[in-house]
Amino acid sequence: MNKTCRIVNLQEEYSQLYKENISLLEDGAPSKMNALRAKAFEVFNAKGIPSNKVEDYKYTNLQPHFKGTFDIALSNEAAFNGMDTKFTCDVPELDTHNVFLVNGWYSHQNEVNNLPKGVIVGSIRECAVKHPEVFEKYYGHTAPADNDPMAAMNTAFAQDGAFIYIPKGIVVEKPIQLVNIMNGDNDRLVFQRNLIVVEDNAQVKIMLCDHTIAPQKFVINNLTEAFANENSILDVYNVQNQHNLTTQVSGMYVHQKKHSNILTNNLTLHSGITRNNIRVTMDDEHCESHVYGLYLSDKNQHVDNFTFIDHAKPNCQSFELFKGVLDDSASGAFTGRVLVRPDAQQTNAYQSNNNLLLTENAKINSKPQLEIYADDVKCSHGATVGQLDDEAMFYLRARGINPTEGRILLMFAFAYEVIDKIRVEPLKENIRSLVEKRFRGEFDKCDSCVVCGQQGSSVSCL
Amino acid sequence: MLVIKDLHAKIDDKEILRGINLEIKPGEVHAIMGPNGSGKSTLSSVLAGNEKFEVSEGSVTFNDKDLLDLAPEDRAREGLFLSFQYPVEIPGVSMVNFMRTAINEHRKYNELTPYTASEFLKLMREKKKLVEIDSNLTNRSVNEGFSGGEKKKNEIFQMAMLEPKLAILDETDSGLDIDALRVVANGVNKLKTPENSTIVITHYQRLLDHIVPDFVHVLYKGRIVKSAGKELALELEEKGYDWIKKEFED
Repeated sequence: MNKTCRIVNLQEEYSQLYKENISLLEDGAPSKMNALRAKAFEVFNAKGIPSNKVEDYKYTNLQPHFKGTFDIALSNEAAFNGMDTKFTCDVPELDTHNVFLVNGWYSHQNEVNNLPKGVIVGSIRECAVKHPEVFEKYYGHTAPADNDPMAAMNTAFAQDGAFIYIPKGIVVEKPIQLVNIMNGDNDRLVFQRNLIVVEDNAQVKIMLCDHTIAPQKFVINNLTEAFANENSILDVYNVQNQHNLTTQVSGMYVHQKKHSNILTNNLTLHSGITRNNIRVTMDDEHCESHVYGLYLSDKNQHVDNFTFIDHAKPNCQSFELFKGVLDDSASGAFTGRVLVRPDAQQTNAYQSNNNLLLTENAKINSKPQLEIYADDVKCSHGATVGQLDDEAMFYLRARGINPTEGRILLMFAFAYEVIDKIRVEPLKENIRSLVEKRFRGEFDKCDSCVVCGQQGSSVSCL
Repeated sequence: MLVIKDLHAKIDDKEILRGINLEIKPGEVHAIMGPNGSGKSTLSSVLAGNEKFEVSEGSVTFNDKDLLDLAPEDRAREGLFLSFQYPVEIPGVSMVNFMRTAINEHRKYNELTPYTASEFLKLMREKKKLVEIDSNLTNRSVNEGFSGGEKKKNEIFQMAMLEPKLAILDETDSGLDIDALRVVANGVNKLKTPENSTIVITHYQRLLDHIVPDFVHVLYKGRIVKSAGKELALELEEKGYDWIKKEFED
């Protein structure tokens, strides 16, 4: 059922929401999920929704954005609320295993066929019951519910999301695409919890797309835990495409074992307030991680990428690149914490954050944070904030290209480095044309979902 | 075609051009030589419209229009082309996209219908052949990862595509090996017609063996101090610039 909650003083009402609905939250949810709730709620209740007085949230005060009158779905039926359309993906060149979620809940309409043997894609609450050995081994293992208030909030409140399991040695050729559709007649609070497990020698590429199709305000707290076991390869592309009234806190927590190779790419193409918490733990030797992000913001949008690369063991490599283009009065933040633990010798860690500010009012706070406790390592970091290159602009104009077009070409050239890191060719092409459209001002995120062509309502174009 | 009268230009209050006078008629090839820091590249930048430099005095007319009054893109559309000494890399923007945008802007300005994709590709094939540019260079992003020679060849290819009335080659020979130099010079010569003109800015006489100038000018301390036929280039090659410096020491 849908509950309506009016949040004025934050903790007071969130606490009440939890306590009054605990039986509904727990109803039908896997026992491990419920077992972690109480502890997570205590942490969340003690810490609260973070303001900018909390060091880790210094550049994003979440408090005002988590206030309001929201609907919250406490069951699958409530989340769908009469939406019985079967979703399809309309982009022909993008061949994916496509599954939909609505307001964080897995759709029963999903039929995923032709998956390699043993691969599981489904609702987390249902799969947990069918595959308790996997769920209980991994759920809650890498999300910092004991420490981060938003991860704790998710752990306390989340009831559903996606479950993806790739067994040993299986290579899933087509990307698996999870599209979360935000819909409803009232403002809405959404929780989603995903679990991805990639076993030894397995490979998979996953796309997470969040898409608002109703013009209401959405406050989203989603969290994905991903486990890359020995020799596995995991790519996760997070395409964020929401209207300006959206607040999203998106957690991505990756845990790596020996010789695994992971890539995350957060493509924030359009959103109101976005906070991405990205953490990669290299918990074994010879791991490789690629952590990328691109954020394009204008108007009063705000994007905060908070990343933490944990070199816990020796001989691992990490490559981190975040780039942003900020226009109008948009603001952004980047924090790049790299921790090289005392025995993590032979670590290679590279980090770079580059920003393009197009106006006097656009703002970025970039904060590299390297903590190195081993003595035989290579670490580098760089942060730049700049404007468009005058020389390059002159080159284009000297060929007869007008300054408006020249500006678009140069912004695109700047952003391209991150797009180029996408390891799925059709997706790369797709994102490439989207980014170009975004710079041209033609990108109307309300017309359709960027990736799947899902129709949206034009009122949500704010 | 181009008439420069008493042109003065400065950057950050430092005067670099101190009264240039030069007239170029259709079909002529002019070489501008001179020691480092004499203002050769500044002259080409000022003519192309680089806003880094401020013109403090003088006038430039190009086909009876006041060139200094035009924005850089309009100068290009009027038929002025600058081959850059240091072409800029633009990752992620394909050569095809870049050239098609440029050409169609030229056509729009001259009230011609834009090329369709197939017309454009046909033109591109022809010009590639003409200037002997490697086919796969045009499949890449603009100048990205190009060698010095490839960048210069690419400039000449762009020149072939845009068919300028006046081309200014700014140190196009710098950093070129002998084969690349030949390709570049052949390209320029093939594009030569009785109507279009070329300004070759160079340090050395070597390029002028391939692109034979009608006039050679020596630029020194922001002024043209000597003008003569092509034999002047040979004289400079032999004697260096010291005798000129001595003659015109302020």
